[in-house]
Amino acid sequence: MKITTKLWIGLGVLIALSPLGLLLPDHFKAGDAWGEWGTDGVKELVGYIPQGLEKLSGLWSAPIPDYAFKGWEGKGLGSLSFAYIFSAIVGISFIVLIVFLLGKVLAKKDDY
Amino acid sequence: MHIPDGYLGPATCGVFYAVMLPIWTIASKIVKKTLKARQVPMLAIGAAFSFVIMMFNVPIPGGSTGHAVGGVLVAILLGPWAACIAITVALVIQALLFGDGGITAIGANCFNMAFVLPFVGYYVYKAISYNAPADSNRRVLAAGVAGYIGINLAALFAGIEFGLQPLLHHTASGQALYCPYGLKVAVIAMAGEHLLIFGWVEAIVTALVIKYLLKTSPELLEEGRG
Repeated sequence: MKITTKLWIGLGVLIALSPLGLLLPDHFKAGDAWGEWGTDGVKELVGYIPQGLEKLSGLWSAPIPDYAFKGWEGKGLGSLSFAYIFSAIVGISFIVLIVFLLGKVLAKKDDY
Repeated sequence: MHIPDGYLGPATCGVFYAVMLPIWTIASKIVKKTLKARQVPMLAIGAAFSFVIMMFNVPIPGGSTGHAVGGVLVAILLGPWAACIAITVALVIQALLFGDGGITAIGANCFNMAFVLPFVGYYVYKAISYNAPADSNRRVLAAGVAGYIGINLAALFAGIEFGLQPLLHHTASGQALYCPYGLKVAVIAMAGEHLLIFGWVEAIVTALVIKYLLKTSPELLEEGRG
């Protein structure tokens, strides 16, 4: 088997395992990454929401915020894991598409 | 390490976009000269790997979370310029589709994770693995050390960027406008948790994959440097 085939399979395994990145922090009661709190989190930590932070934090409304579907906030870990895997597939599909398009533009074709 | 919108003031965001612009331009030029068409799938795999490995949040029990970036591995395999492009693609997708990292902070996040991390990692790997035979364990060790140092310097930069904000932007009464934590807290938090925990995750991931590739496909580690 070609090494790239093996690596694609490896990526598939990582996608399938990705919910660990959701379940382990939940199990060990770990919160946001440092400096990645929402406005509520900042208020809890320092007692106020910095004005500029409040203004800019809502600047972009991502289609799949935090690798979860909008409106699924209260759902269980099973649903969230599904959304996480779905996000990994969507993200990787976009990335692979973009890199292949970039490759068409950038890479040399004359050395096969 | 994905700085969200609102944590960096406009000046910092602008500076890092301005710094990244020539880096992205040079990266495209160099990759255009050195990347072979048959390496494109590896570049795609590298970008995808970096994206998915960042989804594996590692918890500090009762505290915060963090993750590996996988970028040092991509730099070892494809060179730091190609890695810069691969990680940039991953970071832009994370910001646009998933709100992971801010739109205004793409310049800063790319500087930390798509420039500092792969370049530092690449040259540390080169220095330690210099002249090592293909089957040498020194290469595996070099990959681990490179991953550890690369991600830690990236985290240090992120800490400095966070920590400068209260100095740069505050109200007359002294309230911060953006990131509320100053240099001391931000640098200790970012550097500390990466030195103690997440740096080791990057080190282990990088070393294990290089070990595997040295065994199965050593030619991957001999070609395509740029």
